[in-house]
Amino acid sequence: MPDTLPVDCAVELRDVVKKFGDVTAVDHVSLAIRNKEFFAMLGPSGCGKTTCLRMIAGFERPNTGEVYINGEAQGATPPFERNVNTVFQSYALFPHMTVAQNVSFGLEMRRVAPADVKRRVGEALDLVRLPQMAGRYPKQMSGGQQQRVALARALVNRPQVLLLDEPLGALDQKLRKEMQLELKSLQTQVGITFVFVTHDQEEALTMSDRICVMSQGRALQVGTPVEIYERPNCRFVADFIGETNFVNGKITVIEGEFATVETAAGMRVVGRIDHAPGQRPAIGAAATLSIRPEKMVLAEKRPDATANAYEVRVISVGYVGSDTRVVVSLGGERVDVWEQNSVSTLDPNYFFHPGETAWLTFKPDNGLVLTA
Amino acid sequence: MMRVLRERKGLQLFGLMLPGGFWLIVFFLIPIAVIGAISLMGRDDLGSPTLPLTLDAYVESVDAIYFELFLFSIWLSFLTTIATLVIAMPVALFITRLPKKWRNTMVFLVMIPFWTNFLVRTYALLFLMRANGPINNALMDLKLITEPLSMLSTPFAVWIGLVYGNLPFMILPLYSSLEKFDWTLIEAAQDLGANTSKAFFRVMLPLTAPGLLAGSILTFVPAVGSYITVELMGGGKTTMIGRVIATQFGTAGNWPLGSAMSIVLMVIVTIAALLYFRVGRGERIAL
Repeated sequence: MPDTLPVDCAVELRDVVKKFGDVTAVDHVSLAIRNKEFFAMLGPSGCGKTTCLRMIAGFERPNTGEVYINGEAQGATPPFERNVNTVFQSYALFPHMTVAQNVSFGLEMRRVAPADVKRRVGEALDLVRLPQMAGRYPKQMSGGQQQRVALARALVNRPQVLLLDEPLGALDQKLRKEMQLELKSLQTQVGITFVFVTHDQEEALTMSDRICVMSQGRALQVGTPVEIYERPNCRFVADFIGETNFVNGKITVIEGEFATVETAAGMRVVGRIDHAPGQRPAIGAAATLSIRPEKMVLAEKRPDATANAYEVRVISVGYVGSDTRVVVSLGGERVDVWEQNSVSTLDPNYFFHPGETAWLTFKPDNGLVLTA
Repeated sequence: MMRVLRERKGLQLFGLMLPGGFWLIVFFLIPIAVIGAISLMGRDDLGSPTLPLTLDAYVESVDAIYFELFLFSIWLSFLTTIATLVIAMPVALFITRLPKKWRNTMVFLVMIPFWTNFLVRTYALLFLMRANGPINNALMDLKLITEPLSMLSTPFAVWIGLVYGNLPFMILPLYSSLEKFDWTLIEAAQDLGANTSKAFFRVMLPLTAPGLLAGSILTFVPAVGSYITVELMGGGKTTMIGRVIATQFGTAGNWPLGSAMSIVLMVIVTIAALLYFRVGRGERIAL
């Protein structure tokens, strides 16, 4: 295996395994993060995403496998010799130093000339819009401001890669949204590769160029936000990203890109098969059809469609402004359907009511037959 | 009554201060005032303090011999503080890094010696270090020395005794400030390019300074005035100011001189402690 990689790869994890005692935190993960990419590692807590980040930073060493930064195998290189910087979840600002002292710390450690230090600290504080805060101590600042100082402290070093460990986790909802946009524009501005760890799928979808979804130490899927949402490759990803309905059964028919899944009760649903090359599922294989709530239509009368049309009973109706969230019973299973309120009306008859019967349809193109 | 207390903050504070204030006045301020008064008196042939007031005792107490003794006591206490610091820092770090359930056990082990009388423990040290004691015997058996080292009655022996006796007073405050230390800050420092020693000196040391200062004061102050350790380990040959003061009140029968020395010592220690705090705090801001 060659020890160097094409330079357009900022970070690569190659078959990395990390165990803590008996627990496998990271299980044979391979990832390639491109230069200047906003890359999110997304997963529930304990999925191994932070451990991956810490291995890139150099705080942990993989048991097997290797981490490459800018094409170079990192081996036992300590954190202070890696050209990456971290924004910690708790910010980890030095409480005994002023903002300016915090931000200049990295430059001093790298023996940058004092005149340059002063200029670069000023630039970094301008970048995060805190120029007048240089003399403050961290505890005199709000959470959002501390967050910006942490960013400035890392970015001032002009690292190859900026690692962010749930940086917005401690902020309130409104500030979070603001910082999401700000982080994204900051990344475009400085042109540095961002590796962003989060458990918030919305955050990952709105900010990232690409997302890696992790669960139980494994990297399940890597793709753009659209790919991850529209073409999840397994039940976990489909379920974790956004909302979806699952129909479990066995594959009975395969026709081109479409497959029919028949439930134990005999109901048939048709969806597209999205499979890895050479892994076409077989007839009789257990499969799940995933269909997103917004991709279905409720109608009063039986539609013309031949496939995926079912008579259902309305269980509950929730009006949330932009859409109406209806729960229906399909052969005893609860199914969520979100209907966009594209008509402005006060007519109560426009909406469905609990207890009514209705017809549920979706295009086979919108359903996804998953076998993993 | 309770209502009056609740409404009047001044009265509340007075009530809270009462027990402590009473204690301090009766057992601290009054004795010091008495010592201060005696230090300004002369003495009769039997050694009892007499009027009129005079500064003779103070003049005598900063006499060359005693002055040297003051310096020596401070120097030895300083060395004691340094040694306890060097020993206690790794111990405290070690305990902090243990899993939580082990930490209390370790702190408990540090405190166990307090359950045994200090005098008895000092005798044990004496036994260990004497000419035909275990240390000398072991060194002889290993053929490292040909005749027993005479360790007792030397400044070294007093130093060892002081370090031994004061070690827990350094470990405990150090541990309590290290335990509160956020280790992510070390990772942050390393992430920013600081190697292990830079991370220690620039981040850990300034942030654990309060514990370090407290431990140093708790070690230095009792060491300067220590008596039992000097009496036993110094064996009359190596002496410190605390023992000399005790002698003035006892066999030498010179209460005014003993009192004057006490006051001088108190002033010196207070100045030293204030300076130390000033420097310590200054460092934290300057860094």
